[in-house]
Amino acid sequence: MQQLDAPITRREQLAPDLVRLTLLAPAIAAGARPGQFLTIKSGPGHDPLLRRPFSIHRVVADGSLQVLFKVLGPGTRSLARLKVGESVNLVGPLGNYFQRFPAMCLVGGGLGIAPLLFLAQEIRDQAPETRIELLLGARNRQELAPLAADFADLGLTPRLATDDGSWGHHGLVTDLIPQALGAERDWRIGCCGPYPMMRAVAALCQERGWGCQVSLETMMACGIKACLGCAVAPSPRRETGGRYLHVCQDGPVFNSEDLAWTP
Amino acid sequence: MDAVTSPNLSVRLGPLSLPNPVLTASGTFGYGREYEPFVDLAGLGAVVVKGISLLPRAGNPPPRIVETPCGMLNAIGLENVGVERFVSDKLPYLRERGCRVIVNILGDSVEEYCRLVERLNEAEGVSAVELNISCPNVKRGGVAFGANERLAHELTQATRRVSRLPLIVKLSPNVTDIGLMARAVEEGGADAVSLINTLIGMAISVKTRKPVLANVTGGLSGPAIKPVALRMVYQVAGQVRIPIIGIGGIGTWQDAVEFILAGASAIQVGTANFVNPGATAAILGGIRAYLQEQGIGDVNEIIGEARR
Repeated sequence: MQQLDAPITRREQLAPDLVRLTLLAPAIAAGARPGQFLTIKSGPGHDPLLRRPFSIHRVVADGSLQVLFKVLGPGTRSLARLKVGESVNLVGPLGNYFQRFPAMCLVGGGLGIAPLLFLAQEIRDQAPETRIELLLGARNRQELAPLAADFADLGLTPRLATDDGSWGHHGLVTDLIPQALGAERDWRIGCCGPYPMMRAVAALCQERGWGCQVSLETMMACGIKACLGCAVAPSPRRETGGRYLHVCQDGPVFNSEDLAWTP
Repeated sequence: MDAVTSPNLSVRLGPLSLPNPVLTASGTFGYGREYEPFVDLAGLGAVVVKGISLLPRAGNPPPRIVETPCGMLNAIGLENVGVERFVSDKLPYLRERGCRVIVNILGDSVEEYCRLVERLNEAEGVSAVELNISCPNVKRGGVAFGANERLAHELTQATRRVSRLPLIVKLSPNVTDIGLMARAVEEGGADAVSLINTLIGMAISVKTRKPVLANVTGGLSGPAIKPVALRMVYQVAGQVRIPIIGIGGIGTWQDAVEFILAGASAIQVGTANFVNPGATAAILGGIRAYLQEQGIGDVNEIIGEARR
């Protein structure tokens, strides 16, 4: 874990509100694993004040890291305004990472697709014999197309779903799972996306006997288990002695059965 | 003015001597070790650890935090490992590294505070105790003591009797007259006061039309509260003789120097640790450079200078 200033070496506007930044940070990139995250402080000002957590979207061979985000609030807005050559303050890599299995189904929704690219990249590089099914969903074709293309570059053919039906299945990405995986028991799922989507995937996995890892996002002030702001409730069956889990250190990747899913 | 090559930074908080005035605020620095990658922990004036209770506490349900303009609200609810695990699992690490450790403690009764003090009396490596009588986020978390000068006086007196350690009392700003509270704990035997804890606030989501925090209210911290905190330190400095530790929105060396000029003998860095995990070290370096540049040989010379 390190803190450093990283220059922005590339800025891509993938869709109207979808931005990808490439940050040169070899000291962090070298030890990063898929599922881990960074906290970014976009400038010295007091508003926005807190660092923002971002999953690591991809690691590039020259020691760069990529983050993918939508411009949603003051934190992402200030980050989106930065130009190539300007620097941001990074702390990372933080948290735990996805475990790999011989047959993996990656299920990503919206921005949750971000860490799955890094995971797919690692599987391709380090365990090419792995069977992969890739299911990606987003609001529309415009948001999904640039991301799907990166997986295609890894030789993967994603099954797609969009909310508006502009590309692939018209509906939820979770609808694609039964057809993609059939009745086989060996699949292990790696999932990241909106909470209701992950809850649905977790329920399906429990029903079918598939192990499921989900990557959670919460409000977070520090990312290093000092503030304890990122608490999530554990499943009653997990023995924590009544304690909460903390996304920054116990996660962000959890076994879905270890969490208490709220309606 | 002559430049000073190495100004004296050591300060005294009653019986407690510290090598410099930069401390961490309880609840923002974990148990210290979390910041090892970012800060030379032994180089700080002291590490004030997360509030410790007799038994472990799970804390409040989430959401626990939300960012607000120039600040944040938290309602962690005093999640902590309890005093026994603190002494066995957390304290040895800090002791072995030569850190000065101030243990923030909280309880629901005078008896609980006294038992905590007695347990810490025996523990090796504790420099002082800070009584948290001001956490706004739990129904029974010392807050009743912090809002009533008679109860605060009684609690201070009772813990004073059993404590062999220097005793700091951390004051709440959520009172009508913080000077009255400071005088009450001074008379009760406190060696120093630290102020301020967070200001009670809240945020409501226009999307869900409900409070953002599960606890409804939370404690406001960060740069937003600095002017309020600074005023309270200035005010209390005119009313007590015991040393003051200034807390509230300190994120830069300039902020720290303002609190010292207002009458604080030391300062605690809180929310800024989340923003920049190296903040304490940067503030300490900045204070040193300021004194050198101003030709001030001893930080003690400027404590309360804005009041004179």
